[in-house]
Amino acid sequence: MSAAETRPRSYSPDEMMTVAAARELRDGMTCFVGVGAPSLAANLARDTHAPGIILIYESGTIGAKPSRLPLSIGDGELAETADAVVSVPEIFNYWVQPGRIDVGFLGAAQIDRCGNINTTVIGDYRRPTVRLPGAGGAPEIAASTREVIVIVKHSRRTFVGELDFITSVGQRHAADGEARPITVITDLGILRADRRTGELTLTETHAGVSPDRVKVATGWDLLVADQLSETEPPTARELAVMKQLKNPAGGAG
Amino acid sequence: MAEIMPLPEAIARFVGDENSVALEGFTHLIPFAAGHEIMRQGRRDLELIRMTPDLLYDQMIGAGCARRLVFSYAGNPGVGSLHRFRDAVEHAWPHSIELEEHSHAGMANRYVAGASGLPFAVMRGYSGTDLVGFTANVAPIRCPFTGEMLTAVSALRPDVGIVHAQCADRTGNVQLWGITGIQKEVVLASKVAIVTVEEIVLELRPRPDAIVIPSWVISAVAEAPGGARPSYAHGYYDRDNAFYQEWDAISRKRDRFTAWVQDHIFRTEPVG
Repeated sequence: MSAAETRPRSYSPDEMMTVAAARELRDGMTCFVGVGAPSLAANLARDTHAPGIILIYESGTIGAKPSRLPLSIGDGELAETADAVVSVPEIFNYWVQPGRIDVGFLGAAQIDRCGNINTTVIGDYRRPTVRLPGAGGAPEIAASTREVIVIVKHSRRTFVGELDFITSVGQRHAADGEARPITVITDLGILRADRRTGELTLTETHAGVSPDRVKVATGWDLLVADQLSETEPPTARELAVMKQLKNPAGGAG
Repeated sequence: MAEIMPLPEAIARFVGDENSVALEGFTHLIPFAAGHEIMRQGRRDLELIRMTPDLLYDQMIGAGCARRLVFSYAGNPGVGSLHRFRDAVEHAWPHSIELEEHSHAGMANRYVAGASGLPFAVMRGYSGTDLVGFTANVAPIRCPFTGEMLTAVSALRPDVGIVHAQCADRTGNVQLWGITGIQKEVVLASKVAIVTVEEIVLELRPRPDAIVIPSWVISAVAEAPGGARPSYAHGYYDRDNAFYQEWDAISRKRDRFTAWVQDHIFRTEPVG
């Protein structure tokens, strides 16, 4: 980021989280996008530093280029702007399963230190306290993309020692013993899977957030990297593009 | 050959109590009119199958049509919970409901197996997840050629499959385009297939991006203009995202939901 870019006066922790997530995506990547927060971050990346990113939605839209944030993963604009539209069996069998896609971008209701994700139930499966939507495309996305990015707000309710249900599997060690790249972006900072052990480790905090605060918001004894750094605050442009994506009518009259 | 008939007649003739019924449409072309007609005709104890139950099954579950639900993602996309689904699971209202859940890839492959006339499909997936422990329809299987451990998912063969499409010709050949989802597989996997369409046309216009489902694998075609609302029909009308957001408040409380269903479904005329 150039120093010439004006710094906004204020931004919310949610905006910081979305911007930090968008920055993880690189131009030219293929990215499988989940509904909600991942979709906002992925489209923010496409409209800022990664214009060549290929966004893929589980509705079968490959290379979608929406001008405003779609509410669902199957809004008409995704199909209209896609390079190709394929069926649901095809998107999972031909595109996700063989490992063609660089990054899977997911949300979570609970996550553990290995990056396993629960989006199914809080409480007992048969008598849940909260029934969540369930798996959707996440298990195969988590299993078959080269790299997984999770975007989720940080709290002890979400970052738990033990999941109530494993919906999607995070860390599985490769044959060479090297852990899989998993990055978790929260409203407090960024956790990355340790390259050797795979354990999620705090590597960056957002401005004004102490590592202790992140540890308190985590339901296990969170490892903190020796070289902890601070994320760059959102630029005015990132915030403006995000606002435009969320509310295309506002400002345009 | 498909018989062209009014929607109420198609539902009355082909959908019975206790049937397994799949109303599909992946965000696009969700057959709301057909589902509402099933509700109006008071069908009960259905096994409802659908990858994304969406608002339609939230309404059908809340109205007491469902005994069992087979699904992979029960949320209001981009909005949040399906409150009627949650109320049924968490508090057994209006009665308890049995669940069988999968991943999207698992459901898609189960339909592919059904359409292919195979007892199961093979995929990579489910391993390490807790999903495996709660369904009898997923099992590990060894590849006879490489020895690799894979996952088998059993075929889905609904008694009745119902989809919506843009148009049909007068002999009942169906054409749809845009996000085609799982439509073709559901028609071919089901014992009986009903298709509702925006319009019946003299002749289907060839479109490079469209799929055509021949009349002879469909039992009934019914004209139901607007039959996917508040979902959408590409080229006809857009998704009513505002209604998807409003549904959150309409469905949150039992009395408001019940009043809405009375006013908007039970006291309205059938489409088509």
